[in-house]
Amino acid sequence: MRFRTESSPHMIPAHSVGGVMQQVLMALVPGTLAMAWFFGWGVLVNVVLAVLFAVAFEAAIVAARKRPVMPTLGDNSAIVTGWLFALAIPPLTPVWVTLIGIAFAIIVAKHLYGGLGYNPFNPAMVGYVVVLVSFPREMALWPAPDTLSEMSLGLGQTLQTVLTGSLPAAMDWDAITRATPLDAMREGLGAGRTVNELTTSPLFGTFSETSWEWIGNFFLLGGLYLLFRRIIHWHIPVAVILGVAIPAGFFWMLDPDSFASPAFHVFSGAVIIGAFFIATDPVSASTTPLGRILYGAGIGLLIFVIRTWGGYPDAVAFAVLLMNMVAPTLDHLTRPRIFGRERRGPPPGDGHG
Amino acid sequence: MKLHRFHGGLKLAEETDASTRDPVLVMGVPSRLIVPLGQHIGEAAEPCVAVGDRVTKGQRIGQSKGYIAAHVHAPTSGEVVEIADHAVPHPSGLSAPCMTIQSDGRDDWGETRMEPWLDWDTRDPRKLRQRIRDAGIVGLGGAAFPTAVKLNPRAGQRIHTLIVNGAECEPYISADDSLLRSAPEAVFEGIRIVAHLLGVERVLFAVEDNMPEAMRALTETLPGELRERVQLVSVPSIYPTGGERQLIKVLTGQEVPSGGLPADIGMICNNPGTFKAVCDAVIQGRPLLSRIVTVTGPGVQHPRNVEALLGTPFADVIAAAGGYAEGVDRLVMGGPMMGFAVHDDAIPVIKGTNCLLATRPQDTPAPGPLMPCIRCGECAAVCPAQLLPQQLYWQARAKDFDATQEYGLFDCIECGCCAHVCPSNIPLVQYYRYAKNEIWAREKERQKSDIARERYEFRQERIEREEREKAERMAKKKAALKKKDSSADGASNENSDKQAAIQAALERARARKAAKAGDAVEGAATEQADKAAATPETHTEPSQSGERDSTDTGDR
Repeated sequence: MRFRTESSPHMIPAHSVGGVMQQVLMALVPGTLAMAWFFGWGVLVNVVLAVLFAVAFEAAIVAARKRPVMPTLGDNSAIVTGWLFALAIPPLTPVWVTLIGIAFAIIVAKHLYGGLGYNPFNPAMVGYVVVLVSFPREMALWPAPDTLSEMSLGLGQTLQTVLTGSLPAAMDWDAITRATPLDAMREGLGAGRTVNELTTSPLFGTFSETSWEWIGNFFLLGGLYLLFRRIIHWHIPVAVILGVAIPAGFFWMLDPDSFASPAFHVFSGAVIIGAFFIATDPVSASTTPLGRILYGAGIGLLIFVIRTWGGYPDAVAFAVLLMNMVAPTLDHLTRPRIFGRERRGPPPGDGHG
Repeated sequence: MKLHRFHGGLKLAEETDASTRDPVLVMGVPSRLIVPLGQHIGEAAEPCVAVGDRVTKGQRIGQSKGYIAAHVHAPTSGEVVEIADHAVPHPSGLSAPCMTIQSDGRDDWGETRMEPWLDWDTRDPRKLRQRIRDAGIVGLGGAAFPTAVKLNPRAGQRIHTLIVNGAECEPYISADDSLLRSAPEAVFEGIRIVAHLLGVERVLFAVEDNMPEAMRALTETLPGELRERVQLVSVPSIYPTGGERQLIKVLTGQEVPSGGLPADIGMICNNPGTFKAVCDAVIQGRPLLSRIVTVTGPGVQHPRNVEALLGTPFADVIAAAGGYAEGVDRLVMGGPMMGFAVHDDAIPVIKGTNCLLATRPQDTPAPGPLMPCIRCGECAAVCPAQLLPQQLYWQARAKDFDATQEYGLFDCIECGCCAHVCPSNIPLVQYYRYAKNEIWAREKERQKSDIARERYEFRQERIEREEREKAERMAKKKAALKKKDSSADGASNENSDKQAAIQAALERARARKAAKAGDAVEGAATEQADKAAATPETHTEPSQSGERDSTDTGDR
């Protein structure tokens, strides 16, 4: 009798890449729905369009590289990239902006480097930064969460806006958009007002604007699910959040009038989703435990620095990309102590005689 | 007793219920036994009987060659009908020399049986060790390292703790579990013998916490006089707790130094089956002729443990377990994590065969499509050696073998945790084996070329020296002619000069080699070599060549 002789382990594998990405997608659902609740159909329209574009580009370029298309699509990584990109852009972003961003993310940031596993930078963030730098006006059009409920754009109107790039008649951008809390804080502080004046506005909840807080909470829920399922480890999210909160807290204690509270920083903008979903992209992050802590802390610190003294209201994408650059070095410098060796022990024996 | 943890590891399903339901079945003598001559770590034995010879049960048929080696014995009486290459259990699937014995059905011990030593405690430890060597005993946990070698620590090394490794951590395997349930007395007797041999003061007997029956049997039969010394410890069943280094960490919190052996920290670790074999060899004069094999998996009808003679074909063992189930397509020797799939079931049971696992496609599907590494780091999270498997993988793929060594390739115990959790279906352990083999091959090449270079350099030295001497002679002659008063002691002087020059040349060559091998010496060695005054020992000592498979536990 002849038998198959594959190598060990002779077990059903514990994980698959597609399965891991699927879990990530599931974990994105609550936060995405919360965003859609506050910002309307546009969020979902963006997600659908971005995912479609991402999958289409992925299929096209994999075919062009003469690799098997279906197994590659089965890893679900393009869907994750598209989805994360969609959450980063304003809900009524014109479709061509999405198209350009996704094209850059999938084709340049991912496949020109060799595809999944080989990209040094987080593709979704590369795509987002490209459109953020190229189309600052479109990227600033965040609708006000509460006005939307009054003047709510239906699905049809939303689609029309996204596809044509202009609002339905009798509406204009000024009426429906408003500065995000981070914008408001930045401009307010720039104009010499104090943090206290800015946060007494009725729009503010406990830490930040109510809507952003709730969105953050739901992404946090998804993130905790990923932690629970051991899809991600605690090092990066905790380090990112502390990396923002500790310097923010330090300056806030020095001068609470000119610096926003650490809680405001953590619950505004993309810190929560960044900490759990973007910085934890394994391909472009550090992989050692200590390396992950330093990587996350670096992202957190850069977010705070750029927000406070830089030219952009939020900085998750820049911070992630900057830290992507040092991830390989971090990995090299933070190798764990090998079993049976001193951390600074003698050079390794070669183990053969 | 306070237990410790090792990094990583996996909580795996046990899958041992089915195979431990029935007591151990002692299999009969098959009509034909195929006994491989190399069943252990080290060089294969040399046949010491010829085709056509009649052999008795327990007769030595393979004589061990070298120090790290083991004898092979006839598992039953009969006639040697063939000495030829035959498929053996080896990951390579290659054939190796085997002796085929046609059984005569009498299972006759004849006159060759060793004398039973009921009074073993009056015997010299060296005699006991020789008995263990004569009995061909090797570690029965699967690695099959010659036990007499393991029990012979280096001069000056004191062994204070003996560890009984009953942590059978791979799923499906229950050979030790069955042994401990069925013959705990023999295991304890073996422990007494080995403890006496080594003069150890404490014995830690580790059993996994998912083997309660074995634990109960041990607690009930622990002899009174061992109670002081033997401590039964229930350890959590986390794979690979049964790895020697991991178990020592769990029990004592100490780590065996990288590249070293447990004996370096005063410990020796053996499988319960090995102790039983020691007991049989000493008390009954019975060499290692059979072992307990777990026959299990969804691919056999009636999973169970059997005691099979070495040389019994796998097919017979499977038949003893009710035969194959429908659709079986993989037969693994060893457990699902570290075992290897064999292509054929005519392969015989050897000393290291602790388990035969038969599976169907739905239990062990063909590996999914190979995906790129996404650097998720799960492999590092589960690695009990605290390595970075994904980095080793990249380096092995890039054939950057220096980097693999820097990242601790040789600390890898090939437990397979990384490959099991890898979401990209990368056969990581295969890459590490490949890298290790490449490095070993290169090292051999390097040694060869070192010798060649040494010879060449020596020759160069000699030619130079001869030229120099010639010139000196000429000069002397000239001087002598000039001075006209020739002295008689010139000849002897010249002779001793020559000796010194040869010595100096040898020293230089040796020092250069030492400087190459050991990374520590560098400048000092060459500097000293030029003086050629230092003793050769100081140069050769720093060479840190390895001791992975205990070559230096040797007689010194």
